[in-house]
Amino acid sequence: MSERARTAARPTEEAAEPRDDDRPESSDDQPAEPATGADAAIAALTAADVEHVFGVQGGAIMPVYDALANAEAGPSHVTMAHEQAAAHAADAYGQVTGTPGVCMATSGPGATNLVTGIADADMDSDPFVALTGQVPTEFLGNDAFQETDTVGVTRPITKENYFAGDADRIGATVSEAVELAGTGRPGPTLVDLPKDATTTETDAGPEPGRLPTYYDAPEKADEAAVEAAAEAFARAERPVVLAGGGVVKADAAPELRAFVDAFDVPVVTTMPGIGSVPEDHERCLSWAGMHGTGAANMAISHTDCLFAIGTRFDDRLTGGVETFAPGAEVIHADIDAAEISKNVEADHALVGDAAAVIEQVHEKLDSRVEAADTSSDRHADWREQCREWEAEYPMTYAAPKDEPVKPQFVVEVADEATPDDAIVTTGVGQHQMWAAQYWTYRDPRCWVSSHGLGTMGYGLPAAIGAKVAAPDREVVCFEGDGSFLMTVQELSVAARENLDITVVVLNNEAIGMVRQWQDAFFEGRHTASEYGWVPEFEPIAEAFGAKGFTLDHYDEVADTLEAAFDYDGPSVVDAQIDPRENVYPMVPSGGDNSGFALSEEQL
Amino acid sequence: MSRRNGEAAEAEDAADADDADDAEDGANSQFADPSERREGLTGPGPDDRPRPAERRSKQGVRIDPEAEASHPARRTTISALVKHEPGVLAEVAGLVSRRQFDIDSLTVGPTTNPETARMTLTIEEPEPGVRQVEKQLEKLVPVISVRELGRDAVRRELAVLKVHDDRPAAVESVVEMFDGEVLDAQPGTVTVEVTGSSAEVDRAVEAFQRFGVRELTRTGTAALARGNEWTTHAEEERYERQRIDPRTNRATDQSTTETAPGAPTDDD
Repeated sequence: MSERARTAARPTEEAAEPRDDDRPESSDDQPAEPATGADAAIAALTAADVEHVFGVQGGAIMPVYDALANAEAGPSHVTMAHEQAAAHAADAYGQVTGTPGVCMATSGPGATNLVTGIADADMDSDPFVALTGQVPTEFLGNDAFQETDTVGVTRPITKENYFAGDADRIGATVSEAVELAGTGRPGPTLVDLPKDATTTETDAGPEPGRLPTYYDAPEKADEAAVEAAAEAFARAERPVVLAGGGVVKADAAPELRAFVDAFDVPVVTTMPGIGSVPEDHERCLSWAGMHGTGAANMAISHTDCLFAIGTRFDDRLTGGVETFAPGAEVIHADIDAAEISKNVEADHALVGDAAAVIEQVHEKLDSRVEAADTSSDRHADWREQCREWEAEYPMTYAAPKDEPVKPQFVVEVADEATPDDAIVTTGVGQHQMWAAQYWTYRDPRCWVSSHGLGTMGYGLPAAIGAKVAAPDREVVCFEGDGSFLMTVQELSVAARENLDITVVVLNNEAIGMVRQWQDAFFEGRHTASEYGWVPEFEPIAEAFGAKGFTLDHYDEVADTLEAAFDYDGPSVVDAQIDPRENVYPMVPSGGDNSGFALSEEQL
Repeated sequence: MSRRNGEAAEAEDAADADDADDAEDGANSQFADPSERREGLTGPGPDDRPRPAERRSKQGVRIDPEAEASHPARRTTISALVKHEPGVLAEVAGLVSRRQFDIDSLTVGPTTNPETARMTLTIEEPEPGVRQVEKQLEKLVPVISVRELGRDAVRRELAVLKVHDDRPAAVESVVEMFDGEVLDAQPGTVTVEVTGSSAEVDRAVEAFQRFGVRELTRTGTAALARGNEWTTHAEEERYERQRIDPRTNRATDQSTTETAPGAPTDDD
């Protein structure tokens, strides 16, 4: 993307931000060794093969930006409109590439604006690094201009954070932050860089690959535990594999697929686990949880052995834990020991990398199956039962032609019109659920969303990050009208960088999910959830330099989406959908998964 | 991104549509005419489908549906060896507060190794909670090793009390009774020190109440595993490797010190 973005940049942009890297003639008098702490920070990114950085300039981070501009073969930079978006873009970049996404911001408001994005990355265990400027150390604690205790503020939402007050340690610290973010269970790290340290001269360079002392990421699970788990799985009559986001992060989709095929076992994903197994796979029941499919929720409710891989049993998945897979012996594989028995007790704890653990259990079962001559035929009734549930609870929706367009239809048509490897990003709300429910995901890292934190406005900056990460793939962003307005300013970035992304706004003129809950649980009082008036998204898009479209009729859906996808540059489709449409199935918060409601009357 | 222009794109689109039709059976019938679809989600409602009879406790433990789930809290001591660096105490304190762990005390202080510090936490949690405290602590990057100490661990607390000096002899006898020490005696106040187990210090404080306690300060519990047992596994490893000389309390083989400041790690 770097080349693309740079060549596509408007002339004024070029002038405003001269970028000399990749141009040998301008690297004349650059010293080979890092000259300042800021140079060391950038050298550490370069040494870690960081290719792109998302950020916003500001006083305390200026030395680092200066070093970025001076660096030979350093990362390219995407200037975002708001730091929150820089964080989301980096987060999405990390989700798509599997390598840490990096963002930069200045001290004070720059850093605090990152906070939502850092918390999002933390909840979803995304590889992510933030570099923040800080006031010079001599002012620290004096409430200096734009001073915030960034390390203190971000401590509970980072995997680890660092105050790099010593220029000689900056290179090593940034190296460690990048390495740690992507090692073991991924997560966000942050390095706070006071301005005096970044401007102090140093000979100390980066230390690529550095990890904290005593940091130990488990690889393989304990053999005895694997043996016992395989034993349990082999004895099970109604086994289910539950694939979480950890399967995606560990690139364990091939191992999962092999396991599911070998033992012919039904597989359910969590929402972050979407794409870890192709949703059109015969055994895939799609995703479970609050708005998951009927079949998935029935299967996890009735299973007697749940092989859960890389999931933290979030409450949106489990509903009330009292009724979550209540008859299941739980085999829990996770790289983070602290997730074991945190929310749901694990009968068998397999602490290790998802790919390695799946293989371990697979091998153990292989040898066992041969020895005992037990084939997967014993699950035949159970598989049939799951198939019946799929048939019983199809993801249908009413779409009378004389009524406003249903959002589900828009999602399905967009899926049809795009290649299988298209990346979908979303904001948070009803549109997110429809995008998850009605798009058929076939590969990992195609579904990029804000799961744990539920950050409205995630979609557009995430689409920017995803496009930078995968410039050759189609990137479709589903947003809601409410969610979109939270980060709409990032359209300026998409236009400036000429990123070929398509935002489909499922516009129901409301904070739809809140309204849905108000209808269900607050006697229909639509407090602060219905707008009554929303801006027109087509001219907004045009004003930002993107291409705008509007559709409000079934006949227009396919053509309009096609035109938007065809447009070479950022486009926005204002899809004016049926505002009465709500998201079902639904398990009420804290409810019983097997009691999912198919309509409001059943809640 | 893949641009779709002209005839090639149309052909590609047609192929895509075919694939999808194959993959999704009849599910795409609504594309031809949405008006054919007037029905929303179908299937048996919550009351008409099989529901599992089993249950879990609120802690996610499978239980007998008839029995009441109970995980009684117990008081225990957790020892954590941590890197001696700024921010660790805040990190641990933040963790305890964020995860709502029920904590009675937390102490922190140096160890035989200048690069490490020991934190001792007294917590009151049901069994799943104790394991969570251990694992969440272990997960923090500056935390080296964590262990729950057994019931036989050596535990000590200290209290400093300032009582009125109206009855100095009586104060003196209570101090003796609790093996305490008078730290300061002035007209008006006597300041005494008592150490012991948490319960002993409780009893001592109680006993001094009769004189009127003006001010009181208490430490949390400091604890070590008893006898040859190591308090945390990291120490065991370190000391086994370094063969600490008990007289000098120094490692005989300094080259294996694993926390040389500023050195890149070679631990993988």
